[in-house]
Amino acid sequence: MSEPSHVIRFADLEQTFGRDDGSAVTALEDVTFDIGRNEFLAVLGPSGCGKSTLLRLIAGLIFPTRGIVSIYDMTVTEPRDEIGIVFQRPTLLPWFDVLGNVTFPLRHKYGRVTAEDKVQARELLTLVGLSDFASKRIDELSGGMQQRVAIARALLLDPDILLMDEPFSALDALTRDEMSFELLRIWSERPKTVLFITHSISEAVLLADRIIVMTARPGRVREIINVDLPRPRSIATLSEPNFHALANHIRGQLFSRVA
Amino acid sequence: MPSRIISAASSSAASPKAKAPAIAVGQRLRLWADRLAPAAAFVALIVVWEGASRIFAIPSFLLPAPSAIVRAGFDVSAAQWLSNISATLRVALMGYFVAIAVSIPLAVALVNSRFLSRTLYPILVIVQSTPIVAVAPIIVVTLGASDLPRVVITFLITFFPIVVSTVTGLMATPEELIELSRSLRAGRTREMLHIRLPFAVPYIFSALKISITLAIIGAVVAEFVAAEHGLGFFIMFSTSFFKIPQAFAGLAVLVALSLILFRLCSLAQRWFVPWSLPKSAR
Repeated sequence: MSEPSHVIRFADLEQTFGRDDGSAVTALEDVTFDIGRNEFLAVLGPSGCGKSTLLRLIAGLIFPTRGIVSIYDMTVTEPRDEIGIVFQRPTLLPWFDVLGNVTFPLRHKYGRVTAEDKVQARELLTLVGLSDFASKRIDELSGGMQQRVAIARALLLDPDILLMDEPFSALDALTRDEMSFELLRIWSERPKTVLFITHSISEAVLLADRIIVMTARPGRVREIINVDLPRPRSIATLSEPNFHALANHIRGQLFSRVA
Repeated sequence: MPSRIISAASSSAASPKAKAPAIAVGQRLRLWADRLAPAAAFVALIVVWEGASRIFAIPSFLLPAPSAIVRAGFDVSAAQWLSNISATLRVALMGYFVAIAVSIPLAVALVNSRFLSRTLYPILVIVQSTPIVAVAPIIVVTLGASDLPRVVITFLITFFPIVVSTVTGLMATPEELIELSRSLRAGRTREMLHIRLPFAVPYIFSALKISITLAIIGAVVAEFVAAEHGLGFFIMFSTSFFKIPQAFAGLAVLVALSLILFRLCSLAQRWFVPWSLPKSAR
């Protein structure tokens, strides 16, 4: 147990973006928090609070103006292998079938896909509940199924860290609930450190161990909330008094100072 | 009443039970009418044209009747047709394939380099804005009497839509996939080959379909300026000897050629990259 307790650390983070007219916008300011090993952390906030910027900082796609982003206490200077990303849209490749999409990261990174890789991809498809869909075309799948494929794709390189950028926000309400429970099941079978960006309060409370509530423009950490709801969580969780108390508390936080 | 609706629904799904009730027959007739509508409209146009030229005795040098055009077409020997068609086709296809070979790499370069897109793109727009018909005689003088000036003229008319569409397609790739590629550190080459170019395929094919008909236009323009054979030359030659029905026959062959090439383009897309078509068009 010599490993640090945290996997990801943001310290005194500031992120500004230059605009075309020369002015600068501050997207993030004074952001400091850790994410623990195999922790499920949700980042909740209004549009424009820099949630997605956090994700791109961990992914090594952009770099902070000030402060430090580190993974395993190493400053992020480039994209790293221990990360899988699920985006808001599935963004699958229509010229590959489902299996081809799941194995795409390997094909793209190394230029080839071995038989072993395909076996592993099939296991992932079973994990996300699509074992019979390996050779289906993408446009034969529903939105929820496509997002399942995207999750399997993100898990292919067996990342320690799973970054999810509002992954269910484009789905209808019923599919969205279903996918939340599916994600919890997948996470319990393959524990990962998850950073889950969302603007849905109930989604954050249902899924996360901790919730970072952000303010908008510039994005700051307003509050860090421990979600002490017992696991495994299920539909019954949604009707627990504690669930509503937490959700109401967060709602109050988000709307307390309407700009 | 409900049973009638059910039977209509089942027969529209092409059920093999041929003895369908009356409502299904009506439906089938409507389906056929819809399918035959383009051909019927075409035939009607020909009939009206033929009738008008007979009733009003329109002189054939003004507007020859369809029958006269067909007769004039058969007066020309098959060998002569073949040599003219192959000459035009050769120039059109050479110009077309050179345009593809130049345009797609050029589009990739434009997307990859801000410098190139800032310097080359305006020049391309200027070239495109120049009436090629006006430049064609100059090109012929410069490049001499061979297929070369004709191919160059065809190329100049054909390449621009392919460049523009390919650039649009390469830029239309979802940002998330580019981020996925970068998070995998796959490199710019793989990003281009595995993500951007495939994503541009639907755009490229719509440009290829436009450009194949432009290629025929280019070849004919070039033949108008300088040629000893080809369908463009054939039409010019026929007109100058007042063989107007023969000129129209040449025109008809040109249109047919253009349509066939366009169709081949569509078929190639359906064969090689069916995913690039909307579901209904597969």
